[in-house]
Amino acid sequence: MSVLDDLAVKIASGAVRMVDLTHTLDPDFPVIILPPEFGQCARFRMEEISAYDHRGPAWKWNNISMCEHTGTHFDAPSHWISGRDVPNGAVDEIAVERLVGPVVVIDCSEGASKDDDFELTPEVIEAWEAEHGTIPEDCWVLMRTDWSKRRGAEYLNMQDDGPHSPGPTPEAMRLLVEERNIRGFGTETVGTDAGQGMHYTPPYPAHYILHGAGKYGLQCLANLDLLPATGAVLIAPPLKIKNGTGSPLRVMAMVEEA
Amino acid sequence: MTERLKPPPRKNPQKRTVSPTSPPAMRSRASLGISAAAAEGRFMLQVCGECHAVQYPARDACCKCLSVDLPWQDVDPAGQLLAETTIRTSTNLYFRERSPWRTGSVKLDAGPVIIAHVHGDVERGARVRLENKLDRSGQGVLLAMPEERSPDMEDDPQLRAMSSDPKLRRVLIADGRNSNAVALAQALAEAGTSMIFVGESESWRPNPNRSALEKVPGVEMMALDVTDTSSVRELAGEIGGKTDILINNARFVRPGGVLERGDTAFAHDEMEVNYLGLMRLAQAFGPGMCGRTADGVNSAVAWVNVISAYALVNASDYGCFSASNAAAFSLSQSLRAEFRASGLRLMNVFVGPTEDDWHQPLPPPKVMPKALARDVVKGLRDGLEDVYCGDVAKDLRERFMAGPKILEREMTGGGA
Repeated sequence: MSVLDDLAVKIASGAVRMVDLTHTLDPDFPVIILPPEFGQCARFRMEEISAYDHRGPAWKWNNISMCEHTGTHFDAPSHWISGRDVPNGAVDEIAVERLVGPVVVIDCSEGASKDDDFELTPEVIEAWEAEHGTIPEDCWVLMRTDWSKRRGAEYLNMQDDGPHSPGPTPEAMRLLVEERNIRGFGTETVGTDAGQGMHYTPPYPAHYILHGAGKYGLQCLANLDLLPATGAVLIAPPLKIKNGTGSPLRVMAMVEEA
Repeated sequence: MTERLKPPPRKNPQKRTVSPTSPPAMRSRASLGISAAAAEGRFMLQVCGECHAVQYPARDACCKCLSVDLPWQDVDPAGQLLAETTIRTSTNLYFRERSPWRTGSVKLDAGPVIIAHVHGDVERGARVRLENKLDRSGQGVLLAMPEERSPDMEDDPQLRAMSSDPKLRRVLIADGRNSNAVALAQALAEAGTSMIFVGESESWRPNPNRSALEKVPGVEMMALDVTDTSSVRELAGEIGGKTDILINNARFVRPGGVLERGDTAFAHDEMEVNYLGLMRLAQAFGPGMCGRTADGVNSAVAWVNVISAYALVNASDYGCFSASNAAAFSLSQSLRAEFRASGLRLMNVFVGPTEDDWHQPLPPPKVMPKALARDVVKGLRDGLEDVYCGDVAKDLRERFMAGPKILEREMTGGGA
């Protein structure tokens, strides 16, 4: 039996479990909020074209609109100024084999439950590695915070001084990118950076460091609590948008049952 | 004396909702001047440009000197009731359903004798003040009012048939995030509304108005985002059958003209909220409201849009925003025509720069939320179609009427 035949059988039998890491594209799902004088991220919208009626008797279809960075989405290197000149930095240029790959999950849910501004630091990463081994090269790293279980105002957690949600420090990003050479970094929050990430040096270190090195981002992920710390495979293909800086997408993981 | 309106009993769900009927709408073109004046609540008649004779009814040539120079002018509305009668039956459906109906003749101090509807509190032979009101066909008619205020006079059935009084009605304020939302809700509560639904978009981010809104008696916060068709339709499904007055105060405003911006992103948002938002609300709430305009004390009665006065002429500092309001203004005229058969009134409240974040660098005068709220309630009570709120809007409107091209040149710089 070929590898693919084997995989197909195991998916069908449940020996390989498929986990959906995606939120539903919903008009009322939070998006990142910038100061209002800046351009804003468009919310997901759906307008009916016809629904088996006088506008089209036998068919139903909708026009949809959104930002590249609405809902569960992929960040390409060209999203950030540091990645503007990275080769193959737009979603349509990324080789398809880069869109499927191994993934590790760093569980920060306990810390994030106590501290809205919980930081992923080199110490947290090293403690994780002490238990699970060194993070392999060219692998996705997901930061689990269980933030995806939050609803309504709790999700952005917007205060007078901006949003408060967990994220990585610049040092943690340098460790992951410069020393571990990961493929990409993903979070359950609205961005790869902490809610207060603008106050680090550099501001928004996840965006700045990841994309400057040609790495990818994933955000607004869900169901990370259903993934093992190591051993799963992530499938994260963005739409093939010409010069796209990102894309909503269906993110899935394959998990081999023990 | 007028009997005070009582809160209506709950509707009998076994009874068919009364279909709207209209009073006669046919007018000569000359007579439409009355309707145009009534839309703004002005008492105007034609006054001969040559012999100064005040004309009634409207005509094409002076009744004294045959001059055709008959401009409409504000005229002293004071007069005396000469004769009055109460009509108890009529071949016209609208009046038959509303009889008895009082009419009479009024001798205006300014000259002519006028046939008018007569408020129930006017005594025989009394001094009266004529008001020019829009009836449910959207035409101007004259109503003789008591010279002095009488208690509960706004509850007179004939007056209430012509006004859009919010008293005992249920109102939806579309945008609870707008800085005018709290003042609007407070003014409507004071005007005796029975329920105030307040739409709130994106409950996942803080709304600085929320706590103040929740303190206003009768306020219920409802999820509503005018840019989201499904949200608008869901709310209409929920409360569309008990929305008597809809106040569309949703607006998206950013400064900037075409070249200054360099992209269409904010313009897109402006059209989504200011133009398509109005359309979505109208498509979801309009039909239900049109079907309930004869539904008793708390019948559907009015649709209110808050529109920038720069819909009339563009202010290039807010050029793209002005354009989206011009689109909304034009759409409101279509909507008014579509509402006509039902008698649902569409009132546009034109405002100059408003007191909010986006007009912060502009010098006063700016429209304060309370001033806007006051004019909205007054406009509803007076049954108006066009309200110019604040000095800037009033001035702009006057200059627009005097010469749109001159105004345009003034607005684009170089004027004195």
